Amino acid sequence: MPDSSSTPAVENRFFDRPAETMATAELRQLQTARLRTLVERVAHVPFYREKFAADGISAAMIKSPDDLRRLPFTTKADLRENYPLGFLAVSRDAVIRYHGSSGTTGKPTFVAYTRADLDMWAGLCARFLVAGGLRPNHVCQIAFGYGLFTGGFGLHYGIEKVGAAIIPAAGGQTQRQLMLMEDLQTEVLICTPSYALHLAEVLQEGGIDRSKLALRYAHFGGEPWTDDMRQRIENDLQITCFNNYGLSEVIGPGVSGECAWRNGMHIQEDHFMVECLDPQTLEPVPDGEPGELVFTALTKQAFPLIRYRTRDIACIDRTPCPCGRTTARMSRVTGRTDDMLIIRGVNVFPSQVEEALLRVEGTEPHYLIEIDRPGTLDQVTVKVEVRSSDLSDQMSSMQKLRQRIAREIHAVTGINMTVHLVEPKSLERFTGKAKRVIDNRKL
Amino acid sequence: MTIPQLSLFLENKPGHLNAICRTLAEAQINIVTLSMADTDQFGILRLIISEWEKAQKVLVEKGFVVNVSNVVATEVEDRPGGMAEILDVLESNSINIEYMYAFTFRRGNSAVLVFRFDDTDKAVAALQAAGKNVIGQVELFEGID
Amino acid sequence: MQYEHWNDANSPLHPASAPDFLPDAQRRALQLHRLQRVVKRAYDNVELFRSRMDQKGVKTADIRELKDSAMLPFTVKTDLRDTYPFGLFASKLPDVVRLHASSGTTGKPIVVAYTRGDMEVWTSVMIRTFAACGVRSGDIVQNAYGYGLFTGGLGAHYGAEALGATVIPISGGNSERQIMVMKDFGSTVICATPSYFLHLIEQAAAMGISMQELPIRAGIFGAEPWTEEMRSRIQAESGIQAYDIYGLSEIIGPGVASECSAQCGLHIFEDHFYPEIIDPDTLEVLPDGATGELVLTTLSKEAMPMIRYRTRDITRFITEPCSCGRTIRRIQRVAARSDDMLIIRGVNVFPSQIEEALLRVEGTLPHYQIILTREHDLDQVEVQVEVTSEVFSDRVKAMEDLRKQLGNAIATIIGIRAKVTLVEPLTIQRSQGKAKRVIDNRNK
Repeated sequence: MPDSSSTPAVENRFFDRPAETMATAELRQLQTARLRTLVERVAHVPFYREKFAADGISAAMIKSPDDLRRLPFTTKADLRENYPLGFLAVSRDAVIRYHGSSGTTGKPTFVAYTRADLDMWAGLCARFLVAGGLRPNHVCQIAFGYGLFTGGFGLHYGIEKVGAAIIPAAGGQTQRQLMLMEDLQTEVLICTPSYALHLAEVLQEGGIDRSKLALRYAHFGGEPWTDDMRQRIENDLQITCFNNYGLSEVIGPGVSGECAWRNGMHIQEDHFMVECLDPQTLEPVPDGEPGELVFTALTKQAFPLIRYRTRDIACIDRTPCPCGRTTARMSRVTGRTDDMLIIRGVNVFPSQVEEALLRVEGTEPHYLIEIDRPGTLDQVTVKVEVRSSDLSDQMSSMQKLRQRIAREIHAVTGINMTVHLVEPKSLERFTGKAKRVIDNRKL
Repeated sequence: MTIPQLSLFLENKPGHLNAICRTLAEAQINIVTLSMADTDQFGILRLIISEWEKAQKVLVEKGFVVNVSNVVATEVEDRPGGMAEILDVLESNSINIEYMYAFTFRRGNSAVLVFRFDDTDKAVAALQAAGKNVIGQVELFEGID
Repeated sequence: MQYEHWNDANSPLHPASAPDFLPDAQRRALQLHRLQRVVKRAYDNVELFRSRMDQKGVKTADIRELKDSAMLPFTVKTDLRDTYPFGLFASKLPDVVRLHASSGTTGKPIVVAYTRGDMEVWTSVMIRTFAACGVRSGDIVQNAYGYGLFTGGLGAHYGAEALGATVIPISGGNSERQIMVMKDFGSTVICATPSYFLHLIEQAAAMGISMQELPIRAGIFGAEPWTEEMRSRIQAESGIQAYDIYGLSEIIGPGVASECSAQCGLHIFEDHFYPEIIDPDTLEVLPDGATGELVLTTLSKEAMPMIRYRTRDITRFITEPCSCGRTIRRIQRVAARSDDMLIIRGVNVFPSQIEEALLRVEGTLPHYQIILTREHDLDQVEVQVEVTSEVFSDRVKAMEDLRKQLGNAIATIIGIRAKVTLVEPLTIQRSQGKAKRVIDNRNK
């Protein structure tokens, strides 16, 4: 836990204090009541109707939050099978917004919102934004893509709810982003952490003097990142970074977010029940242990999902937070059950490779992991960008750097990987979610 | 010990190269060697000409963009490994080659490699130190004419 | 025509449309009240307006009737550049809740600001736009305008949402997904530039889908000039009703004027935007019906009021009353401009912006030419740049870098990727010493 000296600007402000500081007993009561209504509300959704019938589930059975465990899971595959709107729990007339999640394979999945859903969503984003320091007189630049992606809109409506000013810059056009940032004296940056790194890079390449920017802090989400990356961005951009979490199937951003203490993201438990399960056995893991997050959206009208398996790996922390919020916190997402790579039988996450890279001076956190299986053995190659200032034409020093990186990767993952150093800025940059793995194995 | 080289910007269109050759022919200017680097959109023509100043003048008068850059010409023996020896010298001195091309010299059994370096002076010094024959203007153009 | 209920498509009786039907005298009284208020706000809070009015010797109290607006000084696009970024703000920054930007005449964009009140007005005129085009709650609006700094996307979004329609915020691009969504979600209304919609018709056909058979029934088209011929083609090929809307960021964004079911001229939401038609040379106000440049005064804007803003759009008032019964005046579809602004894929582009980009990279301005074409109904921009000895290098990489830098500088300034072609000197045609800067082959 940080002491107040290392967290200078700790302010315990709230957007919705009663909801965020509810006593545990009261919260459990509220969750029970909401869960019961939820079971009633989704009873006519064909997917749940069948599952409930098969398992003999009725709303009357819900007597405590623990009864959640009797309910069926919902997976991404279930959403695909019920494309486009099989999970809709209200009439289509009540829907006023559709969003989609970027389906990397096949059709994207879509989610729907009623007017009340949008209002609730904006309020939840306002909660974490205020917890992270947003005030009505601040100027925010949203460098998230708008469109079907929920990231841009979630934050946009949340900031609007707080009453701060929005520059809807959307993604890309980095030079223009920086120009607006300077000219309009943007204080708050909203984007993905990898795009922030890119902004820092372009800023350092010259053109704009950091002291001319009014940038003070940033809210990042949309992709997993590491603490080392946070330090890197904070150093390079001289800002304080806050992490937030959400996914469109659950609502979008607003599921959880950090407060000023930045010791985990407060889950908005009055609206989302969280479970942390072993992805194999589906049994709960103890608090503090990594497991797959499973969310139940208690209050969403249009598209409420029960026990949605996020595939995100994180830990739950229920110890009290000095900020006064009583809700459980989740750690940053450390990996995904589906991008968990099993290499020679060992579970490896790309974030571990990133962690290793950040320990080595002279490398950039831009990398690409390529996995092949030429015979029966997996071979992993990691391409790593060398920082231009450390680019040396001396073969021997490059050789040393390579060995050093390979050693660190081995220390973190237990796997020997071949390291290829590549020129600065030669790997593809991403304005949205980064693609870091190419798996050429025929698995 | 460098050779002046003319370079011209050319669009990848029929007849454009010919226009340059015609201009030089009309002025009675002989081309020692040329090399063409092209992309899908444009090309860069590099010319080595003994009367390079005159050539530059007539081409500029015709509206071409002509730049002069200094390249290094090195004699290389026409036998296996001849070129590798020169490249070894450059590599061991960490000299970066921007581009290169070759042509045969009428004198004896040798070819000439033309190099463009980012650090020409360093390259010339390294080649000479290694005992390679770096050819000057006089030697090159005399050997031709 | 008889309608069962205001919520029927094309019923003129949508509650939000009430101000469209105000009796003339009432509307004029409202306009005058608002004009006096906005002139005072601009005079009190904006240095530029105050000094210009003082220079002309006009006092706020001199505005006694609507036609007194002719006494007020004009505002032009370069005023936004010269006072960039905050110079024309009439509100304090903490009262600003939204900032948008669009292209200026050079490298810096123009920035426009909105208070919460401005957002409400903007949303209300967009509701009236949709209502006039027959969009109702229950409609599914696929918004293919680009979201972001461009006012088109978010303007249409807020209007459709407030109207009670379902919004699919699909934004621009990814045509295949546009068609898939249109089909799978049964979108009934699309917002897009007309040329992009033509492209979508082509895309649908390529996917073996006939738009005629989809539920889509109306298109809200704007952000670029188009013609009656394009409308006929769109309507015949897709089976939808195609409506023209008009707006510009400097005034508010989309929502300044809109067609109605009559599809005959665009009704200006006059209670918020006071229109005049002037002679662009003499700057005199022209009589109703005469063709000239449209000048607009924002009657209710708080954050950034505009007094007599010269739009450079050439049009005229249609003097006959409209068959829809709206009393607010109509202007003819905008077909020409009094300056050299180009509209490319819905984005405003000035040749001077391209010059600035070239200048930034090369240090001096080379001869160049902008060539516009339309492939598969999408605008393509090529910028041909003559190579000079200052930038020429014998190294291919250096020349490729130059091309890349030019492309990036142009994209940064105009927000559109142009194809940069390096050409030999003296190949771009000169006419009387000055090159013809733009060749527009789009409508050929």
